[in-house]
Amino acid sequence: MGIFDYFKTKNAPSSASVAKDRLQIIVAHERSKRQQPDYLPQMQQEIIDVIRKYVNIGNNDVQIQLDNTDDCSILELNVTLPEQN
Amino acid sequence: MKSPGDTALAKIIVVTSGKGGVGKTTSSAAIGTGIALKGHKTVIIDFDVGLRNLDLIMGCERRVVYDFVNVINKEATLSQALIKDKRTKGLYILPASQTRDKDALTIEGVEEVLQELSKEFDYIICDSPAGIEKGAQMALYFADTAIVVTNPEVSSVRDSDRILGILQSKSKRAEGGKEPIEEHLLLTRYHPGRVASGEMLSVADVEDILAIPLLGVIPESEAVLKASNQGTPVILDTESEAGLAYMDAVDRLMGEERPLRFLEVQKKGFIKRLLGG
Repeated sequence: MGIFDYFKTKNAPSSASVAKDRLQIIVAHERSKRQQPDYLPQMQQEIIDVIRKYVNIGNNDVQIQLDNTDDCSILELNVTLPEQN
Repeated sequence: MKSPGDTALAKIIVVTSGKGGVGKTTSSAAIGTGIALKGHKTVIIDFDVGLRNLDLIMGCERRVVYDFVNVINKEATLSQALIKDKRTKGLYILPASQTRDKDALTIEGVEEVLQELSKEFDYIICDSPAGIEKGAQMALYFADTAIVVTNPEVSSVRDSDRILGILQSKSKRAEGGKEPIEEHLLLTRYHPGRVASGEMLSVADVEDILAIPLLGVIPESEAVLKASNQGTPVILDTESEAGLAYMDAVDRLMGEERPLRFLEVQKKGFIKRLLGG
C-alpha cells in the first residue's frame, strides 16, 4: 500500500469480499443443480405439457424441486396458474 | 518400504483441480517427493496424456523411453517405463505419452497398471490433467484420497467445487457405494499481503466456500519457478517458504499435527511502505 492509497475511499467493500459473495451464490446454485437426478428436467417438461392440456401456462410457471433429507425425498411442485377472467 | 508378501494395498492419491495452471504438477512432484523422503516407496503417474510435463518438473525429461500408454498397450513393461528418481530414494515416475490423446487411457488399462503398482508401492500419486473431462475423470476414478489444488481466485474456487462434485459422484468409490474419497484442500499461490489488503480471498474464505479440510497453504514464492527451471521438486528447497509449506502438508497428510505458517504479512521497511510495492 503506497501513500496515495490512504486517500482512497474506504467505504467500498474489498474486492475479496465481493469475490466471496459471488462465489457463495454461484457455488450454492451449482451444487443444488448437481444433486438433482438426471430425469428432473424432462419430468418438468412433461408435467408442463400435461397441465397445458387444461390450462394455458408458460414454461416458467412450473417450478419443480427435489429435496433429500436423511430418510425421505420431497418433490415440490409449484404451479402458477393464470388469473381467471 | 513394502516387504515381500505385504498384501496391504497402496494408497492412491489424486492431485486434481479442474482449472489449469494452479499448481497440480508442482504439487504432485513436491508431495510425491515428500512422501518418499518419509521412507515410503512412492510412484508419481502423469495422467496428462498428450501434454506431458511432470518429467520436466522432476528433471528426468531426458530419461523417458517408454510411457504410461505404452504400458497400457503392453508395448513395454512397467519396469521398463518407470523412471527411478536420482535424488530421492524410493521415488519413481511414470511419464505420460506425448504423442497420444486422452482416449488412449481406458478404465481397464489404468486399473491393471494401478493393481500392478500396488504390489510394489506404498503410495501412488496421480497427477491429473486440467478440466473435468475423461482424462481428469480417469486420474481420479480409483483414488482413495484427493488433494484439490486451489488458488485464492474465483474461477479456481468454482472449478474446485465442480471437481469435488465429480469426486463424489463419478469415482469408483462413489459408484460402488463405498466410503467416499477423502478430500483435502491445498491452497497454492497464496499472497498474505494481498489478503491483508482485501484484494485476495483468505484461507478462511476458501475453506468456507469449499467446506473440505485444509491440508496446507503454499505461499506465492519465487522458489517455485526457480525449482521448475532447474527440474527439482520445490520441497527439496528447504530454505524456501514454499518448500517448507509443502513439507508441512506432507506431514499433515501422514496424520501429524502441524500449525499453519507463512500466512502473516512480512514487515516492510518504512521507505518501502511509503512508496508502495
